[in-house]
Amino acid sequence: MENMLDNYAAVVGDEVIGHLKQLAEPLKGMKIIHVNSTKEGGGVAEILNRIVPLKRDLGIDASWEVVTGNSQFYQCTKKMHNSLQGNRDDISEALLRNFEETGKNNYEELRDKLDDADVVFIHDPQPATLLSFSSGRKGKWLWRCHIDVSRPYRPVWKYLRKYVEEYDASIWSLSTFTQPMPHPLYLIPPSIDPLSEKNIDLPGEEVEAVMAKYGIDRSMPVITQISRFDRFKDPVGVIKTYRHIRKSIPVQLILAGGGATDDPEGAEVLKEVKDFAGDDPDIHILELPPDAHREINALQRGSDIIIQKSLKEGFGLTVTEGLWKGKPVVAGNTGGIKLQVIDHYNGFLVNTSEGAALRTRYLLKHRHILEDMGSKARQFVLENFLITRHLREYLTLVVALLHGSDERIELELPGQ
Amino acid sequence: MSEEFKLRDCALITISTGEQAQNLRELRDRLLVTHNGSIYYHFWGVMLRHTYIDPEYQNDFAVWASRALHDHVIAERLSLIDPNVYPSIDDLRRELVEIIEQHLYDREHVPWARTGEQFQFTRSQIVVFDTNQRVGMPEDFAQMIQRMSLGSIFYHFIDSRRRTDESLNDFSIWLSGFGDDYIPLINTLNSIDPYFTTLTNLRDEISGAFITFTGGA
Repeated sequence: MENMLDNYAAVVGDEVIGHLKQLAEPLKGMKIIHVNSTKEGGGVAEILNRIVPLKRDLGIDASWEVVTGNSQFYQCTKKMHNSLQGNRDDISEALLRNFEETGKNNYEELRDKLDDADVVFIHDPQPATLLSFSSGRKGKWLWRCHIDVSRPYRPVWKYLRKYVEEYDASIWSLSTFTQPMPHPLYLIPPSIDPLSEKNIDLPGEEVEAVMAKYGIDRSMPVITQISRFDRFKDPVGVIKTYRHIRKSIPVQLILAGGGATDDPEGAEVLKEVKDFAGDDPDIHILELPPDAHREINALQRGSDIIIQKSLKEGFGLTVTEGLWKGKPVVAGNTGGIKLQVIDHYNGFLVNTSEGAALRTRYLLKHRHILEDMGSKARQFVLENFLITRHLREYLTLVVALLHGSDERIELELPGQ
Repeated sequence: MSEEFKLRDCALITISTGEQAQNLRELRDRLLVTHNGSIYYHFWGVMLRHTYIDPEYQNDFAVWASRALHDHVIAERLSLIDPNVYPSIDDLRRELVEIIEQHLYDREHVPWARTGEQFQFTRSQIVVFDTNQRVGMPEDFAQMIQRMSLGSIFYHFIDSRRRTDESLNDFSIWLSGFGDDYIPLINTLNSIDPYFTTLTNLRDEISGAFITFTGGA
C-alpha cells in the first residue's frame, strides 16, 4: 500500500519525515482521536483528512469521529462561531439546551472510543461539551480552537468557556487569538497541504490553459487577489491599486473568489466591485465554484504578484498559498498575515491602496527582486507553513503533555 | 577516551504565557516577573521555530520595539543584547529591564503599540529524543555534521549552554575526553558565536571547523 509519508518526503525532504518518525516513536500504538463536526468542507476537515492518515502511517492508532445533530444544533453552532469572532449573536436557551442534548447523545454514541483514548483532540465549539459527559476518561483531552476568539461576544464566550476550561490544554492558531484559561495554551499556526489540488505543482500547459480560458493576455503582467467578495478583503481597494499602477505600467488584475449566491452580503459586495471596475477589459472578476481549487492554483501560478489587501484578517492562509507558488505577496498589515509576509523579504506589508501600488510597481520594475522574493517565499512556506510542520507540532505537544509541564523533556530509546 | 557521542534531536512547541504588553512600561513590568523560559524563548527559541531571522533585529523584544512601537532607538539597544554573555537568565532579565528603564527615563513619552500589536509573551517546551546514531571518533563527525538536523544543532550547540556546568556546546565537552590533540578544534568550536545567525549557517560553521581540523577526513 502506498505510504502517504513517502509522498510528502518528495516535497519536504527525508530529513523532515525522519524527524517525524523519531518524534512519533514513543507514541506508537497510542489511541489518538480527533473529533469535529464535518468530514467534508472547511479548513478543519481538509487538515484532518491528511493529518489522521499521516499519524497512522507513523504507527499511531489515530482515528477521526464527527458529531452530528439536528438543524437547530447547526443553527446554534453557527451563531456560536459568529459570536466568538465578535458578532453580537444571542443564542436562545432552547438552542443551548439542544446543543447540550446533542453533545450528550454524541458522547453516548462515542463513549467507548473516547473514554479509552490516550489523547482526544476536540476541534472548535461544536463538540466542546463532550468532555463534560465523560466521567471515566483515561486520556488527556485537548480543545483545538481554529477561530479568532480575541474579542468574542462575551455572553456566548462565557457560556462556552465553562466547558473549555475543563480540558487539559487548548491549542490556538496565534497568541493574539487566545483567551485566558486555567490550563496551558499551546500555539500552533495553521498550515497548507502541498499535495492538495489547491497547492500541488501543476504542468505549465495546464496553467496556460486556465489563463487562456479566462482571457488573460500573457503579454502583460498579472496581479491577482484570491478571496471571497467581502469588504474586509477590500476588493475595491485592490482595483484602486491597479489603477494607480496602470498610470505607469500596463498590468492586468484578477479578482477571483467563490460564488456569492448563498451570501447576500457577498452578492452586494460583488456588485459594488463590478460597478467600480466598469468595463475595463483588463480587470477580470471571476466567480468560481467552491471546488475550483485547481483553477485557483493555476491562476496563482500564472500571476506575477499575489495581492491580499485585507483590512482585517484572521489568519489569512491564502497568503501562504500564494507564497508557496513562488510569488511575492503584497498584503494588508493585519492579523495573521504579519506572520506570513516578512516585509521586504518575501513580500510587502501595506496599509493603503497607494502603498500596495507602490510596492507592486517596484516589483514589476525590478524583476530580479521579484524573482528573488518569490524563491524566498516558497522556501519560507516550505520551512514554516506546511502540514508536516503542523503534524510535528501536534506530535511534540502530545509527547509534552504526557510528560508534564517541564521545559525540557528528554526521551530515551527503549531499553536505555 | 570519551564514550560514544549520542546524537540527539529536538522539537519545540510554544505556549502562550497569557501575558502581554501594550507599551514599553508594561513590557518592563512583565519582564520583571515572566517565566525564565519566556525570556529564553524570545532570544533563542525563535531560531528553532523560524528559519528566517530578521536582518535588523535578532530578538523578539527588539523586533517588537521596532515594528509595533516604532521606537528605533530602544529597538537598536535591545537588539545588541547578546544572551551568550549572561551567565543566567536572571542576569539577562536584569539587563533587559535596565536598558528599558534607562530609555523610559530618557524619554518624555512612553511608546505605545496599537491594539492588536501588543507584545505576546510566549514560552516553549522542548522534546529531546535520541536519534539512535552514535559517533565514536571526532574524525567521524567531519562528514556527519552537514547531515544533522537543525534540531540536533540547536540541542547540542545552543541548548547545551543551559544544561551543562561549563555552559559550553556538547561537542567541545565530548572532545575534551580525547586529549590535548583536540584543543585547537575545541577552541575553534568555542569561538563560534551562535547568536546573530541562523541554525543553517551555524551548522555550516561547525561543519567547517571539523573539516578544517581533520583535513577533510
